[in-house]
Amino acid sequence: MKEEIIISGFGGQGVLSMGKILAYAGIMEGKEVSWMPAYGPEQRGGTANVTVILSDKPIASPILNRYDTAIVLNQPSLEKFEPLVKPGGCLIYDSYSILTKPTRTDINAYCIDAMVEAARMQNAKVFNMLILGGLLKVRPIASVDDVVKGLYKALPERHHKLIPMNEAAIRRGMELITPSC
Amino acid sequence: MLLKGNEAIAHSAIRNGCDGFFGYPITPQSEVLETLAVLKPWETTGMVVLQSESELASINMVYAGGATGKCVMTSSSSPGVALMQEGISYMAACEIPGLIVSVQRGGPGLGTIQPSQSDYRQAVYGGGNGDYRVIVLAPNSVQEMADSVGEAFRLMFKWRMPVMILSDGAIGQMMEKVVLPPFKPRRTDEEVRQQCPWAINGLGLLSRKPNFVSSLELDAAVMEKRNRAMQEKYRAIEAEEVLYEEYMLDDAEYAIVAYGSSSRISMGAIDQLREKGVKVGMLRPKTLWPFPEQRIGELGRQCHALLTVEINEGQMVRDVRYAVAGQCPVEFFGHSGGVMPSPEEVVDKMESIINNR
Repeated sequence: MKEEIIISGFGGQGVLSMGKILAYAGIMEGKEVSWMPAYGPEQRGGTANVTVILSDKPIASPILNRYDTAIVLNQPSLEKFEPLVKPGGCLIYDSYSILTKPTRTDINAYCIDAMVEAARMQNAKVFNMLILGGLLKVRPIASVDDVVKGLYKALPERHHKLIPMNEAAIRRGMELITPSC
Repeated sequence: MLLKGNEAIAHSAIRNGCDGFFGYPITPQSEVLETLAVLKPWETTGMVVLQSESELASINMVYAGGATGKCVMTSSSSPGVALMQEGISYMAACEIPGLIVSVQRGGPGLGTIQPSQSDYRQAVYGGGNGDYRVIVLAPNSVQEMADSVGEAFRLMFKWRMPVMILSDGAIGQMMEKVVLPPFKPRRTDEEVRQQCPWAINGLGLLSRKPNFVSSLELDAAVMEKRNRAMQEKYRAIEAEEVLYEEYMLDDAEYAIVAYGSSSRISMGAIDQLREKGVKVGMLRPKTLWPFPEQRIGELGRQCHALLTVEINEGQMVRDVRYAVAGQCPVEFFGHSGGVMPSPEEVVDKMESIINNR
């Protein structure tokens, strides 16, 4: 098993931390992992992306230009990464955050109304966990249990009280995701 | 544990009994200093962590700390390492141990903050003046970043010279699983006295004459003698300390030579080429100086062609050509300025080499 994932969006959406939690979940599953961010003048409102690889075997290149799964959380990310999904791969987008839908027919596209749901829950911070839940539903690369264990590793102890809320958001995301329409 | 390469350097320095870190922040290596500031080793091991006013100050603090026999280091990125070259030359001249971690970004000048390997020549051939060498280690994973610190400390005291860990923004910024080395205490004054009888630290003055450390020597004949002695040391290092790793070379008809993050990209390319039935492998230098010249020479006999993959405009390729000595063609592929090559591009380049043979 090898899953090569790009997560891309605006700085502040929790792109990098979602990747980190996923990487920790991979470790919990006994997998090799790599987390390679696009770094630099990224900031709130700028662009941010991270390449996460989970694999049964040692990971060769942590830098890729084709992906099994792309999670795109804004329009520029959709335009950049839709063409780079491998045929048969998976594209996940937040419905509210994009203007034009993906057009490729040789990939599986899914949408999730996470931005709106986070607003409804009056908790913008769970946005990325809703998305992560959606990912885990359509690409079960790690169990929710291992993701929760990953959260305990990824978050500093003072934030551990927030983990049940994050777990609830992951499970809500699993319900929300639907094929792109 | 999941750590960035830069964070692994900081953890590993503390665990390997480092006495002092002197550094100045610069992307993409700032996490080394940041992590040390978070870990506060001065409260546990007594290690000094100091943010200096500039890279010039950092390297001169390393020069001075090393001269007292202490285990000291700095880290920086390309423009900062350029500023340090004078100090590195002085350290080499005075045979002073010290570790410089270089997390390369794209140049020349201030360049970009994205990953690069364009300081290969600066590291391997020395950006400072004079006939000197620096041992250059080239880790290609977060685990090797952690491991290379202890290895660098060992080498710099064994050979009494500056050692460089030549990394890049990709290895520095990415997170991977890592097992950190066990804690090793800092050396006591008594251990320093025994292990570094050349050091200028006032230890042992009752039993020896005062030591004197200077790179200046106005008598040309004496200076030449010093240089010749250093060259002898360098020949011994070339004989003893070459490190490399082989990947699928046994039946290889073509081979890639790459180090650091470009070796990871090349491994991805080799996996794709092997699936297509192309017999290709890789030699990865783990020390860039001393360079695995002999093994690359053998590959020149074994293979139809060699390819270097670098994140620059072609630097190591000249050393590979020198080692191959015309036995087979040696081609180059790379990007620069912070653009990263992709495994697919390396596949295309290797296929074009094969098709044009």
